[in-house]
Formats: sequence, structure tokens, C-alpha cells
Amino acid sequence: MTDQQPGHGNCLLEVRGLTKVFGELRANDGIDLEIKSNEIHALLGENGAGKSTLVKMLFGSLEPTSGQIFWKDKPVRITSPGQARALGIGMVFQHFSLFEALTVAENIALSMDQDVSIEGIAEQAAVLSREYGLPLDPHAHVADLSVGERQRIEIVRTLLQNPELIILDEPTSVLTPQEADRLFETLAKIRAEGRSVLYISHRLEEVQRICDRATVLRHGKLTGACDPRLETPASLATMMVGSEVKSVSNAGGAITDEILIETRNLSAPARTPFAVSLKEVNLKVRRGEIIGIAGVAGNGQSELFDVLSGEETVPDPDDVRICGTGVGRMGISARRLLGAGFVPEERHGHAAVSDMTLSQNMVLARHHSDADVFLTGGPLKIIRYDAVKKASERIVREMDVRMSGEDPVASSLSGGNLQKFIVGRELDRQPSVLIVNQPTWGVDAGAASRIRQALIDLAESGSAVVVISQDLDEIFEVATSIAVLNEGALSEAEPASMMTLERIGLLMGGIHGEDTKVEAQHAH
Amino acid sequence: MTLAEAILLTITTAATPLLLAAIGELVVERSGVLNLGVEGMIVIGAVVAFAAAQLTGSAYLGALFGMAAGCLFSLLFAFLTLTLVANQVATGLALTILGLGLSGMIGESFVGQRGVQLDEIAIPFLSSIPLIGNLLFNQDLIFYVSIFSVFGVSWFLFKTRLGLQLRAIGDSHGSAHALGISVIKTRYLAVMFGGACAGLAGAQLSLVYTPQWVENMSAGRGWIALALVVFASWRPLRVLAGAYLFGAVTIGQLHAQALGFGIPSQFLSALPYLATIIVLVIISRNRRLTLMNTPASLGQSFVPDR
Repeated sequence: MTDQQPGHGNCLLEVRGLTKVFGELRANDGIDLEIKSNEIHALLGENGAGKSTLVKMLFGSLEPTSGQIFWKDKPVRITSPGQARALGIGMVFQHFSLFEALTVAENIALSMDQDVSIEGIAEQAAVLSREYGLPLDPHAHVADLSVGERQRIEIVRTLLQNPELIILDEPTSVLTPQEADRLFETLAKIRAEGRSVLYISHRLEEVQRICDRATVLRHGKLTGACDPRLETPASLATMMVGSEVKSVSNAGGAITDEILIETRNLSAPARTPFAVSLKEVNLKVRRGEIIGIAGVAGNGQSELFDVLSGEETVPDPDDVRICGTGVGRMGISARRLLGAGFVPEERHGHAAVSDMTLSQNMVLARHHSDADVFLTGGPLKIIRYDAVKKASERIVREMDVRMSGEDPVASSLSGGNLQKFIVGRELDRQPSVLIVNQPTWGVDAGAASRIRQALIDLAESGSAVVVISQDLDEIFEVATSIAVLNEGALSEAEPASMMTLERIGLLMGGIHGEDTKVEAQHAH
Repeated sequence: MTLAEAILLTITTAATPLLLAAIGELVVERSGVLNLGVEGMIVIGAVVAFAAAQLTGSAYLGALFGMAAGCLFSLLFAFLTLTLVANQVATGLALTILGLGLSGMIGESFVGQRGVQLDEIAIPFLSSIPLIGNLLFNQDLIFYVSIFSVFGVSWFLFKTRLGLQLRAIGDSHGSAHALGISVIKTRYLAVMFGGACAGLAGAQLSLVYTPQWVENMSAGRGWIALALVVFASWRPLRVLAGAYLFGAVTIGQLHAQALGFGIPSQFLSALPYLATIIVLVIISRNRRLTLMNTPASLGQSFVPDR
């Protein structure tokens, strides 16, 4: 590559004409990118735009088909993550590369190149996590931690390597506003220390707030490089998706008095030493209502979802009521038969079987509730693949799921497209009750607004919806009422129009004593 | 030697091959590979150890050759499943069948020969402790190795960096690869260690337990060892306890038969498997226990995506 001269100036990392071809798909097509030292550089793009492919090549987990990478003006071939780390590149993955059976400290030790004792690492990690405001117990097992806590491990372990360039893939999607603010302080600190950050995000306002420059990708090609602070969110979004993003409209359907989901003083003990117990949760969702449940990761969100969906049952049937029936002791399928639909948090391994095709995944979720459509009668219950195919094609069309091939395996779809399919799978049944946990986690702006609009449309058509989310923008966008989950206790739901960010922040911090209760009554 | 001492001594002799084979398989499974060929590797180790001891006249050389044979045999499994990405279950079963057949062929001319027995090594002072001295410190080398291997493997898995990497690979080979850990190389080494352990277990059978060669002399011990790893929920110290428990059951079954107890011997033979099923049920009931204890990528083939 002697004919290609690196650019002048203080470039930390420069990429020229980087291309990656998978079969017939050009995932990256001649990408140019410059990251100067001392800057926070944004990488923007929709799902499947090629951002992940690009950073994987920068981090050495994928080999470029052609093109050249320069590190500090010298051409380099990055062939392994170890080599990337040795150069001074650290990476926080979107799909965490954590080991569930190991402790936090052991996970961190694995990514350290020098041999340090586990105890030493635990100590360092504890110090660093305090310093950057990312609280972590080094001896906890990852299996017991929430998504948000797992991300902290990723960030702390990258920081421990003392890198010159840190790549962050969708870092704030699981953080509260306060946590995100702290992260931005961390990033500012990192920049002040003379390091650079490559910041991948779908959140345009965030990029505008903290990034010095931005590079935008679409369909594997470069569509723009700009200073995000000189752009508007709409102009950035246009570069990303090629057309104006459809904003979510919340006309507000008629809310009737009919209660479709109800819990009465629902308590559930913690199942593991690290899980959260639910404390007298009172929840009422009426027809046409969307309740947004906000809260910091690990405050009982997954426990609440499990109890509502029937993954965990409770002894008293009337503790949980769906459409007027006490379902406390019923399983998931029985609750589905009553007209409920569920979308759990983890896409892979929980909402979908990664190695199975989309249509197979649909049968897995709905074989019981829609048996008459998808299965033949008689004792054998043979799957009617023609009906299954028709239904999954309908979902793909309705939700605009982009994929390669006719019926690909779930793992081949990007996160946002798989999520659209999973949500669409439930919506296709027109459920009268829908409970979703983190519906747009790690999903790009286009897909997220599509999913949110679908939730709103469902409520308007006369269903009750519960949205558990750590994304406050999302909650404000879709919810008619908002409640906050803190250490397993749920605050009283208040109309979204009365809620402010500050008030939610306070409730998240657990300040809902007598004063706030009085306040809430005044608000009504 | 009292009767109790004699019985305890037979238990240690019966437990040692189970312990060795299981501790080897534990390392293999911790790395995420399921090698069902333990039975085959044991029997190959037994016949090669016996033959080498007969030909050289040295039981120690015999044991060494047994180990090497088990290791070499496991290399075949490693090549098929790790390099050629064949299905691990099918390949492991094939390895067992191949081992049983091949050992019969190799050992044909040795059937009925009187073998060389591995000497006992009395450890000075310790062996003269009353009661346990003779039992624990006047044993053959393979016994000492088997006990040492438990603590060695435990230390390796939980205290060393390589052990941590091996556990990480067993938990999620994709993530381990993303971190730059060499999945295939580590698994090769683990499988070979498992093979060497199984080979040594076989050598114990034909050089200590019954110093002669009989066809199929592994007699299902490979399967017990496999069950033992699950029984012990992939923990070395529990393997030690389990091996001695299963060893005691084996011996108890013989004595029960001799004394004419009412318990059918088939029931006692089935006991290790029954115990394993119970442990599996307990682990599987709790998602957290499963995540903590089971190597999550066990039995899955790994193909790096580049």
C-alpha cells in the first residue's frame, strides 16, 4: 500500500477505502474515516448500515476484504483483538462478550493481557468503577446481573486497559439519564486525558451533545462526515436513513374504565441471592392505556415481567389478573389464550431461538394460542407450514423487517430487525393485553419509532399495554401514564403529561416517601 | 491387615480409575467439548499399558505407554471434532466402539498372560501412621497421581490464567474468540489431557487392579466416569468424593452378593447413573445453578467467523 499516503495532521486512526464483502453483500463499501486524537467521534447509521462490521474490522475480529487502516500514520494490519488492544484500541461491545458463569473480576481478568491476580483486578476494578461512577461488585456472578450492570463491566474492563482509542457501541441504551450524564462526564474525562472515543449511537441528541465530529453510514457506504453540533437532528437523521424519519404520533385513544391488567399487592420473593424481590406492586392498566414503567437496570424489571407473563407463577391467582381472570397460577400459554402477548427483554435465547428460522420462531411462540391456524387437528398436530409462512410474511411486511433470503435464521438478522419481527409476532394476534420489556434496546431510530408507533396503535385499537423500559425518551413518547420501579417497589402511576424528568429521577432514586405521595395526590 | 482395612483398600483400587478418567473428562467438558469416547480411551490405555509392560518388563514404562496411547487416541477425536467440526456426540460414541474393537485386536496374543504389577511405594513415616497409613501412603504411583490430579486440576482451573481462559471458552466460545483467546488450541490441549488421564486409568486396570489383559476389561467404567462429571457438577473436589462413593458402591455390590443380601446387584450397578440423574434434576430445576455449573457451550462445535 505504498501508493496510499496517510493524511497529514494529528490522526490517531485513519481508514482508507475499507471494504468487507460477505458473499454477495457488500457490508462495507470503500469506507473512509479519520479519528483525530483528543476527540469524540460519532459513527451514525441505521440497522444493517455496516457500523458493526466496520468496528469489528478496527478491533481485529473481522478481516477486511480490501482497504487500509493507518494507526498514528503508519499502515497496520489488525488481525486479532489482542493486537488491537496492544496498539491501544479498546472496545465496549453492544452484544456483550461476557461469561455468565464467571465473576465480574474473572471477566475483567480475561481481557487483560498481562497476568494479574484476580484479587488485584478486583481491587483495581472497584477503585476505577467508583472513580467513574459505575458501581460494580467484583465478586458477583455475571449471570445474576442486569443488562445495565453488565454494560458497566464492559466499560470498566476497557478502561482498565488504558487505551488511546475507545470504541463504544450503543453505550447509553441501557442507562438512566443520570447514569448517561455520568458516562458523558467519563467520556469528557477520557478526552481530557488525551484519548479518543469512537461513539456509536442512534441517539442523535446525544451525539450532538458530546461528539466533536460524526461519520454517517448508510447501506455500507459513507453518506456524510460533519460536525454534529452544526446540524439539526432532522438533518442528521436524513443522512442516516435517506428520508425524513417518521415521528411517532400519539393521538391518545379513548381510555375506558375497563381494567385489563391488574396486580393487587403483588409480592414475590427473590429467586436468587442477587435477584430483586417484588414488594406489594399495585398496577392497573385500563383498555386504551399504555403504562410506561421506568427504572434503573436491576430494580426488579425482569422479575416484574416474569410474574406478569407467567414465567414465574405466584400462589394466589388473584394477585395477577388479566382481562378479569385471576392468572397468578397460570403458565404463559394459558395467559396467551386469554389474549395476552409478551415480548421479553433478551432477543436471543429468550424471545427467539437464534438458530431457528423466523417462521419456526413464530410457531414456537404461538403454537398454543393459535393452534387452530398453525396446526392441523387430530392427535398428531402437524404444523401447517403454508399458514405459518403466510403469517410470517405478513409480519415481515407489516413491520418492514429487512433480511436476506426468504426465511432466514433469527441470528442472521440485525438486532433491530429481529426485534421488529418479535414485536410484530405478538401484534399480529391483536392481543388485548401486551407486556413488553425494553422493546427498543439496541435498536436504531427507524426501527424504534416503528415499534413505538405499533405499540401506540395497539393501545388506540383498544388494548392495554405495559412498556417496561430504561429509555425515558421512549416512555415519554408512548406512555399515557408513568410509574417507576425502584428496588422492587412500584410507584403509583401518574399521567405522563404531569411527569417531569426530574420527578422520575427522584422516584428512581427511591425518594417516594410521604411528601411525594401528598404531591402526587395534589397532582390528581 | 484387618477386614475393614482390606475392604477400604479394594475401594481405593476401584475408585482410582474412575477418579482419573473423570478428572480428565472434567477438564475436557469445562472447555466445552463433550467426549463420549472415555470408555474407548480407557480400554486402549489398558491394552497398550499391558502390552508395553509385557514387552519391556517394566510396569512404569507400561503405564507411560498407556497414557500416551490414550492421549494419541483422543487426538483422533480432537482432529475430527475440532478441525473437521464433526458432531461431538457421534464421534465420541464411534471412538468408544473403535477403542473396544481395536483393543481386542491388539490384545489378542496377550490374553491369559500373567502381567507385571505396579509396585507399591511406601512413603517413609507417613505409611506407618496407624489405620490410614497403610491405606493412603503405601500405594502404587497411579493412586498418588490420581489424588494429586484432583488438587492440581482444581488449582489450574480456579487459580491460573489458562484455567480461567479454559472455563471462559467452555462458557461462551464466541465471546472467548472475540477476546482473542485461542479456542481450538485450548480445546486440543484439554482433549489430549483427558485422553492421557483415561489412558492412565486404563493402565491402572491392567497393571494394578487385575494385572492381566481381558477383552472389554474397562467394563463400563468410562460411562461411570462420564456420569461422575455431571454428578460432581463439573467440580474437581466433588469428583473425588463421587469417585470414592461410586467405588464403594461397586465393592459393596460384590460383598452384598457374597453375603447374600436381598438387594439385587443390578440395582447397585445402576446406582451411579441414578445418582447422576438426581443431581441433574436438582441442577436443572434452578436456572442460576445451571448457569453457574454447566459449561454453557458444552458439545457445541465452534467455527470462527472470519
